[in-house]
Amino acid sequence: MSGLADRLPRLLSLVPYLLARPGIPIAEAAADFGTTPRQLRRDLELLWMCGLPGYGPGDLVDLSFSGDTVTVTEDAGMRRPLRLTTAEATALLVALRTLGEAPGVVDTEAVQRATAKIERAVGDAGIATVAVDLSREEEATATAVRGALDRGRALQIVYYTAGRDAVSRRTVDPMRLLLVEGHGYLEAWCREREGVRLFRLDRVEEVTELDEASAPPPDAEPTDVSAGLFSPSEEHRTAVLEIDREARWIAEYYPVDEVVEHPDGSGSARVLLRYADPAWLVRLVLGLGGAARVVEPPALAAAVAERARAALAGAKG
Amino acid sequence: MLPTVSSARAERLVNLVLCLLSTRQFLPAERIRATVPGYADAPSDEAFFRMFERDKTELRELGVPLETGRQSAFDTVEGYRIARGDYELGEIDLDTEEAAAVALAGSLWDSPELAGAAHGALRKLRAAGVEVDETRGSVQPRVRATEPTFGALLAAVQAGQAVTFDHRRGGPTGEIVRRTVEPWGVVSWRGRWYLVGHDRDRADVRSFRLSRILEPVKTVGDPGEVTVPPGTDLMASVRRNFDYGPVTGTARVWVPEGHAHGLRRLGTVVESRDGGDVLEIELRSERTVARWLAGAGPDVVVLEPPALAARVRGLWEGALAAHEGVRA
Repeated sequence: MSGLADRLPRLLSLVPYLLARPGIPIAEAAADFGTTPRQLRRDLELLWMCGLPGYGPGDLVDLSFSGDTVTVTEDAGMRRPLRLTTAEATALLVALRTLGEAPGVVDTEAVQRATAKIERAVGDAGIATVAVDLSREEEATATAVRGALDRGRALQIVYYTAGRDAVSRRTVDPMRLLLVEGHGYLEAWCREREGVRLFRLDRVEEVTELDEASAPPPDAEPTDVSAGLFSPSEEHRTAVLEIDREARWIAEYYPVDEVVEHPDGSGSARVLLRYADPAWLVRLVLGLGGAARVVEPPALAAAVAERARAALAGAKG
Repeated sequence: MLPTVSSARAERLVNLVLCLLSTRQFLPAERIRATVPGYADAPSDEAFFRMFERDKTELRELGVPLETGRQSAFDTVEGYRIARGDYELGEIDLDTEEAAAVALAGSLWDSPELAGAAHGALRKLRAAGVEVDETRGSVQPRVRATEPTFGALLAAVQAGQAVTFDHRRGGPTGEIVRRTVEPWGVVSWRGRWYLVGHDRDRADVRSFRLSRILEPVKTVGDPGEVTVPPGTDLMASVRRNFDYGPVTGTARVWVPEGHAHGLRRLGTVVESRDGGDVLEIELRSERTVARWLAGAGPDVVVLEPPALAARVRGLWEGALAAHEGVRA
């Protein structure tokens, strides 16, 4: 059944598609429909058998093949594709509206014009059952980054690294502008670190376009974000924390590998938390004021005690 | 090679669509049986009607607007037709920039349900003559939805059908509560997905984070029973839960030069003295600000207000008590 559910929409779209593109190579048409040239030929052979009642010459769909190309000569009244289903209209229109709310990242005027045209063509099928909000605070940075990408220029940025709680100035060769999990990121080759880095746009404090070409090394690999940004890597270490009920939000907010509930039913739990920088974890635990205890590694637990002691000594003075 | 069963059926369905598009009259099933190739193969009346019912369902699921009606008051049987105006996608003409925006939108989704639907939409736009080039440019927006319940919830929203599910209150270690919800929509806010709807148990509008909804999600009642109140703002329902409230005061803290960059980003420097800076930070949730300040440890001195300074000191005492006696 799934074969038909896949094939029938293609069969109904194919004749109008070909009408708009006389003499198109079969391989190109197959690629546009996400199928193989072999399957597309089978579809065309099937359409050849279809037509209007009477089913004589002139009633049937007719195609002419020339080399590896195809042209429709009789369309049997299949001149336009079927209108969009509610699901299709929702998926496309919500995506467009989402992009329209990401100023700086895309050409929002073109997005708005396209949205209006598609809404008109679709009729009333589009209903707002899905909504996506992308962070908007970084509009100016996104605009500057997109400009540098369009012009192929390198950038100088002042960047806040949350893990180390530090600010640094770097020269980078921009590669892509990404919007992942609600935030905008500049993916670039960092000349200081000699590696590909993702810079979260809302942590870029200053951005200056340089008068020199962006030149990431040819072997600079784009980051694979398909599994999310917090994919485990060798840079990550693991800590064991005991958290009380009031601090359990951290198990949802930060990358946690395992949550073991305390058997006493108090709502406290033991979690395995991934972290890249020890100083970041110490800051987190210090701020939770005893609602989270570091069990492993002991050196981190000692560091928390040490920082707390120093802070209390300073507060007295 | 002999045509397979599914090929024969695909051919019959295409012919059925073409036949019903070409008629203005409502064609009775018997006429369709005699006209459209493929139905003549049915060995009995019963076999034909079963075949025809399945075909009608298939077309309706694809979104083909199959109309039922009688030609005149004297007709005894119903007939079928497809109005061309309802079937065909309207005229659409996009310039290069608009087509590029549509291509980008088509690749926004990183969830099977929405990605599949978006690709279906792009295929139809291409068939309407629009050139949509999905070749990746230098801008790549992705919206992920990998929660296992996403598909079921979206389907329920689109069908207008209530759902019931187990919900883990307050995150990974929270207690599990059963909820029955009239789903109004799904919302992605700050990269996280929420279901928004009317919670029947609490008789109020609620949002549920998808990662806290456990499988299976079961539908209750009939499709079409749920109606979204006009003027509903889905995003506002989610955002309301994260509102820290109005500014209730200002915190003044001192941080040493070159330290506590995170805190510097939250406030504004109002004065430089003693080898550091005095920052002013807006106070909405005192609790949250206290947590940020305490995290900086000896790199911050809380000057004002006294209640905040006491709260931060309390957090340090708590952290020390929990970790004292640990030897590295």
